[in-house]
Amino acid sequence: MSRDTAMLVLEDGTAFEGTACGAMGEATGEVVFNTSLSGYQEVLTDPSYAGQIITMTMPHIGNYGVNGVDMESGRIHARGLVVRQMCDTPSNWRSEQDLPSFLREQDVVAIEGVDTRRLTRHIREAGAMRAVISTTDTDVASLTGKARSAPGLAGRDLVREVAVAQPYTWGEDVPGEGLPVDTGVLVAEPGFKVVAMDSGIKYNILRRLSEIGCEVLVVPPTTSAEEVLSHQPTGVFLANGPGDPAAVDYLYTTLRELVGKVPLFGICLGHQMLSLAVGCATYKLKYGHRGGNQPVMNLLTGQVEITSQNHGFCVDYASIGELVPEASGGMSADPGDLGAWVEAGVAPVVSSMDFGRVQLTHVNLNDMTVEGIRLLDHPAFSVQYHPEAAPGPHDSRYLFGAFARLMNGADDYLSVAREPGGSRAAS
Amino acid sequence: MPRRDDIRKILVIGAGPIIIGQACEFDYSGSQACKVLKDEGYEVVLVNSNPATIMTDPELAHRTYVEPVTPQFVAQVIEKERPDALLPTLGGQTGLNCAVALADAGVLDEFGVELIGAKLPAIKMGEDRKLFAEAMGRIGLDVPRGGYAYSVADAERLVGEVGYPVVVRPSFTLGGAGGGIAYNIDELRDIVSGGIALSPVGEVLIEQSVLGWKEFEMEVMRDAKDNAVIVCSIENLDPMGVHTGDSITVAPAQTLTDREYQVMRDASIAIMREIGVETGGSNVQFAVNPDDGRLVVIEMNPRVSRSSALASKATGFPIAKFAAKLAVGYTLDEISNDITRQTPACFEPSIDYTVVKVPRWAFEKFRGTDETLTTRMKSVGEVMAIGRTFEEALGKAMRSLENGRAGLGADGKDAIGEHKFDENLATPTEQRIFYIAEAFRRGRTVDEVFALTHVDPWFLGRIEAMIAAEKAVAEEGSLDALDAAAMRHAKQHGLSDAQIAHQLDVAQEDVRRHRLDLGVRSTFKAVDTCAAEFAALTPYYYKTYEEEDEVAASDRPKAMILGAGPNRIGQGIEFDYCCVHAAYALSDMGFETIMVNCNPETVSTDYDTSDRLYFEPLTFEDVMDIIEAERPEGVVVTFGGQTPLKLAHALEDAGVPIMGTRPEAIDLAEDRKRFQALLDELGIAYPAAGTAFTYEEALDVARRIGFPLLVRPSYVLGGRGMVIAYSEEYLERYIHEATSVSPDHPVLLDRFLEGAIEVDVDAVCDGESVYIGGVMEHIEEAGIHSGDSACCIPPFSLGDDTVETIKAYARTLALALGVQGLINIQFAVKDAAVFVLEVNPRASRTVPFVSKATGVPLAKVAAQVMAGRKLAEMELPDDGRDIGRFCVKEAVMPFGRFPGSDSVLGPEMKSTGEVMGVAGDFPSAYAKSQLAIDYSLPTSGKAFVSVCDRDKRSIVPVARHLHALGFEVLSTRGTAKTLKAAGIPVTGVLKKHEGRPNIVDAMVNGEVQLVINTPFGQETRSDGYHIRTAAVQHGVTNITTIPAAQAVVQAIEALKEGRLEVVALQDFDDADADV
Repeated sequence: MSRDTAMLVLEDGTAFEGTACGAMGEATGEVVFNTSLSGYQEVLTDPSYAGQIITMTMPHIGNYGVNGVDMESGRIHARGLVVRQMCDTPSNWRSEQDLPSFLREQDVVAIEGVDTRRLTRHIREAGAMRAVISTTDTDVASLTGKARSAPGLAGRDLVREVAVAQPYTWGEDVPGEGLPVDTGVLVAEPGFKVVAMDSGIKYNILRRLSEIGCEVLVVPPTTSAEEVLSHQPTGVFLANGPGDPAAVDYLYTTLRELVGKVPLFGICLGHQMLSLAVGCATYKLKYGHRGGNQPVMNLLTGQVEITSQNHGFCVDYASIGELVPEASGGMSADPGDLGAWVEAGVAPVVSSMDFGRVQLTHVNLNDMTVEGIRLLDHPAFSVQYHPEAAPGPHDSRYLFGAFARLMNGADDYLSVAREPGGSRAAS
Repeated sequence: MPRRDDIRKILVIGAGPIIIGQACEFDYSGSQACKVLKDEGYEVVLVNSNPATIMTDPELAHRTYVEPVTPQFVAQVIEKERPDALLPTLGGQTGLNCAVALADAGVLDEFGVELIGAKLPAIKMGEDRKLFAEAMGRIGLDVPRGGYAYSVADAERLVGEVGYPVVVRPSFTLGGAGGGIAYNIDELRDIVSGGIALSPVGEVLIEQSVLGWKEFEMEVMRDAKDNAVIVCSIENLDPMGVHTGDSITVAPAQTLTDREYQVMRDASIAIMREIGVETGGSNVQFAVNPDDGRLVVIEMNPRVSRSSALASKATGFPIAKFAAKLAVGYTLDEISNDITRQTPACFEPSIDYTVVKVPRWAFEKFRGTDETLTTRMKSVGEVMAIGRTFEEALGKAMRSLENGRAGLGADGKDAIGEHKFDENLATPTEQRIFYIAEAFRRGRTVDEVFALTHVDPWFLGRIEAMIAAEKAVAEEGSLDALDAAAMRHAKQHGLSDAQIAHQLDVAQEDVRRHRLDLGVRSTFKAVDTCAAEFAALTPYYYKTYEEEDEVAASDRPKAMILGAGPNRIGQGIEFDYCCVHAAYALSDMGFETIMVNCNPETVSTDYDTSDRLYFEPLTFEDVMDIIEAERPEGVVVTFGGQTPLKLAHALEDAGVPIMGTRPEAIDLAEDRKRFQALLDELGIAYPAAGTAFTYEEALDVARRIGFPLLVRPSYVLGGRGMVIAYSEEYLERYIHEATSVSPDHPVLLDRFLEGAIEVDVDAVCDGESVYIGGVMEHIEEAGIHSGDSACCIPPFSLGDDTVETIKAYARTLALALGVQGLINIQFAVKDAAVFVLEVNPRASRTVPFVSKATGVPLAKVAAQVMAGRKLAEMELPDDGRDIGRFCVKEAVMPFGRFPGSDSVLGPEMKSTGEVMGVAGDFPSAYAKSQLAIDYSLPTSGKAFVSVCDRDKRSIVPVARHLHALGFEVLSTRGTAKTLKAAGIPVTGVLKKHEGRPNIVDAMVNGEVQLVINTPFGQETRSDGYHIRTAAVQHGVTNITTIPAAQAVVQAIEALKEGRLEVVALQDFDDADADV
């Protein structure tokens, strides 16, 4: 590997010197950290990381190389990668390429030799911020200036950069990218026709939807409600995606026309879209949730799922509307005090302006933030985390089964015991 | 779910003595469990025969029974205490087996005791190979295929199903004798026919070979709400074929993609659910085919294990503590993460460092045994090291082993020749990791080394990088040429100062000075369960070379305790017990306590034990780095055995304040000339002795003081290399061996007081007065290492005058040496005369036993004295009192693990652990100590008696006693003659070389219940050797000394006369000696 010096400099002037371990050049973005111990390939190719520089807290990265199967989209979307130690001699029976050469091929700048724990602690204390990785400039003052002049994520619509421009059906060629290497199980006679509003959808969501018997039509995020409905879908899926949800107004505006007309399931940005559609505010978390070990309680069952997460923004449940005590176990606690609801084991319900009652279904036990909601008067639910995993645990796969039950008209579609490991949940 | 209110009293079963495969990790888990249950308001009843454990400290449970962990004794405890529930999953295999036996015998039903943590069907399904394989089939998981064969035809049929190669394992042969790997039909026929012949039941297991596959472990926890988390994944560096306890292991797993990891995660949780482990921790082992990723399940343990202790230390997630909470009804989301305190325990730790565990073996103690690592565990301890990278962690682990090495070779001690190099590389042994490193030094490639070792290329690549870093240092040519970047690079690749010094041919101190001058300083980072996502409030640190240091500032006075390092023979749990007590005592006195240790099995490395924990090697370099970061007011070096003691001088020279007894006093006790001068001045007798640097000098000494002689290298641990020489020929042979053992030190020769009674004393001195903790009379005579001999408090045969003399000498010596803290003195009593054999002004192996026997926590008392308290201020019970009971400590020998090594006891210590038996009389206490080790005490049958000439007279009363107890006495010719002359009926039997059927045949056929065979001299392949090894192999109670034979016969009599009552420590009259 080359021993070229690389620099990582944050907008507050904090500087890290290391060695280049990807493409040469310079890249700016919001620097965030991910605590997953495995799955760097899935993380890098997850479109939700568009505009971001990823720090992996796992010190050894690249160990098992890169393969054609573990792709979550057609390419790397992250702006840069920061690691403690990069491995360019991978070992795994599925490895086809080493990570540094994959990064170079994809023209993604990366730096190794960084005290990633110091960086993580700094982000934890100071918050996610803009940064620059450079292999061409080593001047901290100059780089600080470049970091400061980089666009931030707040108010920024990155969805258009990563979403498809033309509709396609999963299993057929992705426009501009060809056929994904691994499409997963394609059911011969699909029971559901699902339209997925693409805002940067991960392949594994499409694999999971296929597995439960969906034929999935992936459409651009700007597709109108009328056009979506013209496909006569059994359900509509709202995908994950990058950037500030508040900036993706066209999507949640469209959504307002879809709620109540067709069963809806949203993941991550899709969850934020549904929340915004029903009148909920979103806000930026200090440093986000990115990793594969986040505990989430399903308030309907009291069970805890270990979840895969990747989000910097969050929804403010209390902003939807007034508590409906009679639907909230008779409790009259502050709907925004999620810890109180977890402790009581009650899923509170608030009433929204236009879409009836909204129930809080999932809560993050680390920081008591919103992880899932459902509409009680319309067939729609969403989660902030990633039940499709990739990378991460399979505990929440049952949510795809829940979507199938919802499309079949079940009322209690979410109140199922999740099965750790998810081995039987999806069927 | 909140805690259960329907149970009130819980019985916890401990793991008993430290044996190979079951070490102090069960004290760690058991102590945590007892603390949790007590805190939760349950009444805790504990049974554990091991007095050296923290868990048997009387304050950890309400009722503590230091009694044998056998169904018979535990049933008595149940009958007496009537617990509502039994927690069987925290006492290792011993605890689990005992619980199963009690359930099967109907005892649990009879007394209405509920098994919590794991139910009987789950335990059985996890343990029974057939039930387990069926369960795996139900959830679609593979296990290695195979079956049992009783003929070559059976075997051929099985191979038809699984394909070559196959592993052939004869059933019930010791150490896998007669087994092997068959690659073709000729080999299969050979191995199977041989194996069936060797197997006592004519059975061999034919199993698909997964040798060379990658091995992984997953630590899983599940609660009553079916929440399940993976605490840690562990990847073995050694591929399948080496017991995981004998493998170098790494956390987290390094070479699995997320897809593969999640398949393993799903499988682990599915297994836990299918086996039916409702709550608690389990360990699941997998093998993965490196060519196609195929996954097979090897086994699961439905209990906490050595790996769970490792996983707890590696992640900061205390599995045993939480398992206890889950067992009484809590769910994971109701428990908070101790380290962050803000987030729940229901999560999966993420770690931003790399953990490496390396086993510690003791083959040098068991000559004659095969040192190849197999599926049967042979290591006696382990170390864990934490580094940011694998390279750094492996380097630290290799210098933590207390084997004189400064890292992964490159320390001037590599002695690897050309001979059979590739074979040594291919064969898993203790040395193989050094061969791998050496291969890279010799320019071999990763592919070549992989082909021979099957160690994953990722690990090999990292080791290759370590060697490159080592070479880069050497290529700098001089210390001055080594700049900051090069120095940092070397340190980040795990090189110690000592290794760098060796590369550049300079002193270690110079490297340190140069390194600090360059500004290359170590940094400390926290183990926080969450990869820094949340703030850590519990200071648990490791050292690395990074940019940011996280050590929290503090204003409180600090006291640092240096631990004992890895368990090995001669230095075990006893020293960890002392360190833990030091932490408790110093904390009580207002110090902020800092623990330094590298042994993941221990209570000392529980982050709850001290205020700050540093998981680091106990080398001068690593300890000094911590001292410079923490600046403690005092450092305790006398509680962790030899490991910290050997640092005392270097630390004192570096200006570090040492607490308690000055290092000079320790020197004085070690310096034979000066110490003998002191004894002369005090008028205390000692055996005639001398020192020699050559054989000629030794011969002069021998002629002056006469044979027999106790001969040893000057600086020894556990009697390493120590022998009794009866002749000049033997002395000559020994000197040539011993001087190669320890070239820097002379050989010491003492007159051996044959037949003398050995006595140990542990005492505490504050410089003004002395408190005698206990006087221990050994059962075996002087000459048997004190760690291997049984002993009794109070003395059972010594006269009061003799005991008073011993105590007076102890007081005089402690004061004369200026001891401030613990002192251990060994005496020999011969013909009523008292001789001093050895003085050690530090914690001894017997401190925990004395503390349990007398109820006075000696280590705590000593730690307070070291911090300035006076004995007079403490309200200690009179040290001359009659404790009103007999407490016997017996050593536990590992001979069964080392087929081929002789079981005879001698001056070199070989035991791995100890048990205690307590009763109102000596024979009953001794009987309990034997039963606690699972030595059966036969009450009838045939007793084989064959002794050396020296013992012929003293065997007569023993044989007469056996006859009176109803035994048929068998003897070989010489001993039979003596017994017949004494009028004892005796049946003659042939020695092995005299023809057949002989005594070995009788033992193999199970016709002999008791063997008394005393050796003479050191002939290793004598007739006695065959008798003793046959006894070990066939589990016949085997006694090798006359005093032990006398004690055993008394014990058998006690056993025949009536049942041995169980008694709780809390019932002793003086149980509340509170310090």
